[in-house]
Amino acid sequence: MALPSYAGPLETTWYYTFRFICACIFVFLITPILVIIPLSFNVEPYFTFTQGMLSFDPDAYSLRWYEDFINNTQWTHSVKNSFIIAIASTILATVLGTLAALGLSKPHMPYRALTMGVLISPMIVPLIISAAGMYFFYSSIGLDQSYLGIILAHTVLGTPFVVITVTATLVGFDNSLSRAAANLGATPTTSFFRITMPLILPGVISGALFAFITSFDEVVVVLFLAGFEQRTIPRQMWSGIREQISPTILAVATILVMISIALLATLELLRRRNEKLRGLSPG
Amino acid sequence: MADDATMNGVVLAADGLPLKASLNKAMRKSRLRALLLVAPLFIFVLFSFLIPIFDMTMRSVDNWHVSGLMPETTKALENWDGKALPEEPVFAALILDLKAGAISREIGKVGTRLNYEKSGLRSMITSSARKSKKVKEGPYKPIVLKMHKRWKELETWTVIKRNTSKYTIGYYLNAVDMKYDNKTNDIVMQPEERQIYGTLFLRTFAISLAITLICVVLAYPISYLLATLPVRYSNLLMIFVLLPFWTSLLVRTTAWIAMLQSQGVLNDLFVFFGLVDDANRLQLIHNLTGTIIAMTHILLPFMVLPLYSVMKTIPPSYMRAALSLGANPVTAYVRVYMPLTLSGIGAGSILVFILSIGYYITPALVGGTDGTLISNQIAYHMQSSLNWGLAGALGALLLFSVLALYLIYNKIVGIDNMRLG
Repeated sequence: MALPSYAGPLETTWYYTFRFICACIFVFLITPILVIIPLSFNVEPYFTFTQGMLSFDPDAYSLRWYEDFINNTQWTHSVKNSFIIAIASTILATVLGTLAALGLSKPHMPYRALTMGVLISPMIVPLIISAAGMYFFYSSIGLDQSYLGIILAHTVLGTPFVVITVTATLVGFDNSLSRAAANLGATPTTSFFRITMPLILPGVISGALFAFITSFDEVVVVLFLAGFEQRTIPRQMWSGIREQISPTILAVATILVMISIALLATLELLRRRNEKLRGLSPG
Repeated sequence: MADDATMNGVVLAADGLPLKASLNKAMRKSRLRALLLVAPLFIFVLFSFLIPIFDMTMRSVDNWHVSGLMPETTKALENWDGKALPEEPVFAALILDLKAGAISREIGKVGTRLNYEKSGLRSMITSSARKSKKVKEGPYKPIVLKMHKRWKELETWTVIKRNTSKYTIGYYLNAVDMKYDNKTNDIVMQPEERQIYGTLFLRTFAISLAITLICVVLAYPISYLLATLPVRYSNLLMIFVLLPFWTSLLVRTTAWIAMLQSQGVLNDLFVFFGLVDDANRLQLIHNLTGTIIAMTHILLPFMVLPLYSVMKTIPPSYMRAALSLGANPVTAYVRVYMPLTLSGIGAGSILVFILSIGYYITPALVGGTDGTLISNQIAYHMQSSLNWGLAGALGALLLFSVLALYLIYNKIVGIDNMRLG
């Protein structure tokens, strides 16, 4: 959308105004995330830039909040919890979701729309309602304040993403490939693991990443279901913000931003691989 | 003369069965296989998600307290006409129930339930239950009337009688700012100062609408830029949209606290540039402004992504054609380009609106008092006031509006076309 050479002064003005407006919106999107990174190195226990930080005085910066994070058993415990819960629920959600997506993509699946509606309902229902419903349910079967309860709850919340991404990948799947495999003597299992799985793998992985981030970032259900033992990182941040605002939260936030950058990069690589496999231009 | 395979007009398959039956059998098999693959997740979602939610919404009409904990009174009141205080048998039954309730220590629940409809009844029930332990023999009516002055009021009995039924619409009435008039048993509006939920629903809708509109205004130009720039630049700029999208919600909320608080980055900048006096820094957080700014930031990617994917499909030649046919840029834009993006605006708007009316975390952390939404009130009744019936009623109303919106979304976009990332 380069400015053509015949553009008049009005068009030129509009062109640069438009770019300026866009730049402002991009700044709005990215600034809050970038601002917390330097603030997490603050030597003072504040959420603000000190005079020393602004004049780039090395003494105004420190790693004390990162040390605090590493040495605080509450935080390290919550990190452990977050990973246990997220990994377990991701595995469950990916297996269940992929199987269901395979079924949904079969040409003779009856009641397809209705089934799809039920399967993705956990994504649509507002979290507070899901959390309240699951709170009553899991306490009635004695699974509140337990790891299993939270893992199962997060599995439910994560499956819609797996179902959606894998179904989307299967749209481009050529069924004659598995027929050819069967024709050549492969059992359905062999044909699934040797033919189907490698082709839909990008969809499965990105679905799994969505399920992981859903669980890793989820706090409403944890607020209702978890006891003190099962506190996750977001739950710890929640009480950190509500009770004692300390820049340790900013250190944790910075680490989490780094994790999301890594996730973003992984997804982008997967997208390119997927496009290459389907013969689309890599962009 | 037809050969064997088509005798009597029936086409036969290789194994000698009629082709139609054979085909049906194969179809049944493949259908069954599809169902078996879907079944584990379907059953899991049904039992651990849908039924619990249904169960929670049922709490909003459930009214077991009086009929369950005061069975004798319930039976005795069956034929009471409601015109005057009940007669002796009802009081005898009441004493029985109060004694049983005092022993099982459950009677307080009846008190709490009745108190939702008329304040003061909780203390009446609990104190009477305590006194009932000493009651030996009748006549019971004068004894009970002496226990608490409210037993003498006809209203008290109207409330009890009304709640002997197993189901109630009382919580829904409460959720839409109505109530029973305890004298006449009619449904009336709550007094003005107690009409909070109607206002809250309206505010939730208004805030969500405002956030949706701001998101459209902010998303439109950048989506256009992203869709029209060469791919190598737009992929780079896309990071600005995707990084916030993938960053933890709590992190973004924390970031906005650091930005907006009175000693925060924005206020510091304002003071530095002399826009604001150091003494009266702007109050940007723990109020409506904070909620709107933070939620707009959090939901903006959900608007940009569908808009971008729609704009990406519009060939630039359309605009060039309009321009070369003599339209000025504004006309060309309004008549040609914008109509083509309407489906994207619709999809993004409904998505953002659905997400924002159910939002809980961000308003709870940066909303203060005037920036909280209906979800926060549901959480309050779930966790603090423990009025689960009311939480259920508010939740059911919220769920209903979200589902209605979702059906519209499904009509416009189709869930299969939903793009993630």
